Amino acid sequence: MRAAVVVFPGSNCDRDLAVAFRDAGFAVEMVWHKDTTLPKGVDIIGIPGGFSFGDYLRCGAIAANSPICSEVKAHAGRGGFVLGICNGFQVLTETGLLPGALLRNAGLKYICRTVPLIAGTTDSVYTNGYSLGQEIGIPIAHHDGNYTASEDVLAQLNAEDRIAFRYGNNPNGSTGDIAGILSGNRRVLGMMPHPERAADEGHGGTDGKALFASLTSAFAAA
Amino acid sequence: MPLIETEMTMKARVHVMLKDRVLDPQGEAVRHALGGLGFGGVEKVRQGKVIELDLADGTSEDTVRDMCEKLLANTVIESYQIELV
Repeated sequence: MRAAVVVFPGSNCDRDLAVAFRDAGFAVEMVWHKDTTLPKGVDIIGIPGGFSFGDYLRCGAIAANSPICSEVKAHAGRGGFVLGICNGFQVLTETGLLPGALLRNAGLKYICRTVPLIAGTTDSVYTNGYSLGQEIGIPIAHHDGNYTASEDVLAQLNAEDRIAFRYGNNPNGSTGDIAGILSGNRRVLGMMPHPERAADEGHGGTDGKALFASLTSAFAAA
Repeated sequence: MPLIETEMTMKARVHVMLKDRVLDPQGEAVRHALGGLGFGGVEKVRQGKVIELDLADGTSEDTVRDMCEKLLANTVIESYQIELV
């Protein structure tokens, strides 16, 4: 089982994400944004949180056009798995791998606290370790996490059961309380909350651990 | 004496705004602050950005449009207008 974690200038959750993958049994390689190839045999790519390129222009916009992102898109196009967390979710919407966009929080404030999340579907390798409707506590830390999409996209996400997580108590104005969504083939997940920050006793919560554990089950069986 | 030829440049100004259907909480905060300063009658404020580009002379508007579509604007939530100056 191999994971790659992409590092942009300004990423700051890359090492946390690598630790979470490693604790779950993955061999992890860090990949620099200027790299033009992915390590061979990578099962899953992690796009970490942070402030890639200082959030200049729009959060994730410049990262989405970096050399490595062409490879990330190609990997996803081949049916590969991609997990984007926080800024990583913003990057995935900017690349077009996930629909919609993330706007400034409705209350205009940067929010950093643990929030209740509801598992919206169990039908993915990321969420099948939770039960449907299960409430978990996962930290958020963002200024631009207010998910928006056209009516058509929202209807499609609902109809195809692609809403991975919803907020139990909407902190940022996200449409439909959406905290995380899956791609059409259910292999790309973008979410604003940070499961890698709730994956060890030392974090003060371990509700994110099941996400990485279910990845382990999926790839170990493969 | 031969004239020193300076490279000709042109300027494009790109205006990027959130689409009308997209809520603009920053614009709303500005509207609120204007009210607090005693400016009555401010019905709505929308906040956007202006990007100025110095371009090689002869760069087509289509090229600038391509820049907008690929990077300068996120057309899921933003619209843009190009002004060649």
